[in-house]
Amino acid sequence: MKRMRFVLTIVVLIASVLLAACAQQPTAAPEEAAAQEVTALIGFTASQTGSYNVESTRQINGLNLWMNQVNDAGGIKLADGSVVKFESKFYDDESNKDRVQELYTRLATEDNANFLISPYSSGLTDAAAVIAEQYGKVMITTGAASDSTYQKGYTLVFQTYTPASKYLTGAADLLAATDPSVKKIAIVHENDKFSTDVSTALNDYALSKGYEVVIFEGYDSGTTDFAAFINKIGETAPDAIMGGGHFQDGSTFAKQIFEKNVPVKFLALLVAPPEPTFAELGDAALGVIGPSQWEPLANFDAEAASSAGMAWFGASSQEFTAAYTAAYTEEPSYHAAGGYISGLLLQQAIEQAGSLETQAVKTALENIDALTFFGHVKFDTTPENHGLQVGHSMVYIQWQKSGDVLAKQVVWPAEGASAATVYPIR
Amino acid sequence: MQLLAFLIDGLLIGFVYGIAAMGLTLIWGVMNVINLAHGPIIALGSFGVYLLFTNFGMNPYLALVVVAGLGLLLGMLMYLIAIQRVIDAPHLSTLLATFAINMIIIGIGTAIFTTTPRTVNFSLGSISAGPITILGTRVVAALASILVTGGLYLFLYRTTLGKYVRAVANNRAAAELMGIPSGRILALSFGLGTMLAAIAGSLIATFFPFTILSGGIYELKSFVIGVLGGLGNPLGALAGGLILGVLEGVIPAFITTSWVPVLEFGLFIIILLVRPTGLFGAKK
Repeated sequence: MKRMRFVLTIVVLIASVLLAACAQQPTAAPEEAAAQEVTALIGFTASQTGSYNVESTRQINGLNLWMNQVNDAGGIKLADGSVVKFESKFYDDESNKDRVQELYTRLATEDNANFLISPYSSGLTDAAAVIAEQYGKVMITTGAASDSTYQKGYTLVFQTYTPASKYLTGAADLLAATDPSVKKIAIVHENDKFSTDVSTALNDYALSKGYEVVIFEGYDSGTTDFAAFINKIGETAPDAIMGGGHFQDGSTFAKQIFEKNVPVKFLALLVAPPEPTFAELGDAALGVIGPSQWEPLANFDAEAASSAGMAWFGASSQEFTAAYTAAYTEEPSYHAAGGYISGLLLQQAIEQAGSLETQAVKTALENIDALTFFGHVKFDTTPENHGLQVGHSMVYIQWQKSGDVLAKQVVWPAEGASAATVYPIR
Repeated sequence: MQLLAFLIDGLLIGFVYGIAAMGLTLIWGVMNVINLAHGPIIALGSFGVYLLFTNFGMNPYLALVVVAGLGLLLGMLMYLIAIQRVIDAPHLSTLLATFAINMIIIGIGTAIFTTTPRTVNFSLGSISAGPITILGTRVVAALASILVTGGLYLFLYRTTLGKYVRAVANNRAAAELMGIPSGRILALSFGLGTMLAAIAGSLIATFFPFTILSGGIYELKSFVIGVLGGLGNPLGALAGGLILGVLEGVIPAFITTSWVPVLEFGLFIIILLVRPTGLFGAKK
């Protein structure tokens, strides 16, 4: 009996040792991997409710696509050999500025997010940026074009969108590249803050480039009858008309310019032309140019970067469009592209810094000067405008005839162009 | 020559303003009701033409006739459902009743059509002479407005029913004593007012984009025109419309367009102060 108990004890002991060994074996590998794998938390708010819901959802879709891609590809390797993978933490900001400040504070202090991405819209972003700066977090802003956020002395906030002040300056560059002999421009715009700011900046830029601005005037929001206005423009006989406001007034203005046979060579308007429904104007849409932050048609790829003598990183426009379409069964809008580029910029900065340290990533962001699927990206590093986007140019689309069908073509900047500019349009 | 271009454009749109204002002023003249649903009915007129044109390929001017008929029926229906019960109540009651109709139409219209602008892609070409380019649709709209005004005038002054309308407008109690069925005449008058609004909306649809909210601005102009031409005076409304159209057309030739509403509404206040019955006399 004693012998039996002894044997049993030995068997139990051996079994325990074996079990302990077996139990230890599977944990050994993750511990080894865990020593090398680091998780970076990206915090942001999404407007899941409220007026910015649609744009914000697309922006977040773009960001999530980037995050899934980088995680699926095995993450980012840092200088110390560890691998970074990303996780996100977000809250619904209800499209409300007050909620944004409360939630970004929580993301920075309680959730300890490593990096922040802005909410959608200039107003919400402006509210969030101050929190990022206050708690020392790098924030990439997207879906926000206002210039003023970057003129408040912040050092950790970086803009992806072309600022509002440059929405139409590219149109003046395009005109200069297309026909250097043109001198007379008419600038007419909706009398709201955004359109007035954009047009004022265009006016200053056009004057600095030697153009003669023959008329610079605003019209009331909601204007539907531009007859008197067009008569006035006709008196000054400009070669080019630029300006506009939002969809309804812009499309009506373009239609009435066409109906009134205004002999204008170049017509560039804000907001309305990139919308697909602008084509419903028929022949009145033909030749009209409009700025967009990004278009799926823009041919930005490594080859274009090489031809332009620029650095390149990330997916090409076509690759991004294909991946987004496969993931969300819709063509990406510029909001979605804005979400993706914000993640891609962070990735590039972390790779260059080889670290997740705020100051190292900030320095890497300041050094970015490259072409991406979103276009050229470069940040202002002066104390007056730190973080302001100075590399990115709007892409300018023009409605052109493809057979009998009207189709959008990207005509500017040259490195992203899908077709030559049709000029003169009348 | 260039000033002529400003003047012609102003005059042409002025006719359409006149028709819109005529509807508002007719209702006021006959039944002392300020119709706050006037704007949405103008927008409904635009949508009527839009739907018939885009879904059935109907010529917009033929569609206008259909929409005018529907406008007449809608107006009579609105009167019977919402106005009739409060017609003898203080003005605030009828004002609130028409405001309720306004909100209902805007609510339903927004739910069905959203506020995305719609356009009737229809063109009659244009005539150009030097700096002047006149659009065919605007010329037809002006001619249609003259035709409708003439028709309304003939109806009011040459038909028995029209005489009934004028009789009720002058003295409802006396008209009733003379055997005129004032209830039906009031319904008809409200119907005629909404018909004119629907016609104005139909004409506007042939050259301007619109949403269900677009009627508001024409309603506002209609009040100004009503005061200019004399409230309750349909012909005065047409004249007032032309004055407003010319002002809107010509002022931008001299100063920035932002001053147009300032001068328009400044004129509105001056007329109210100096000649409250309007330039052409209000309903006595």
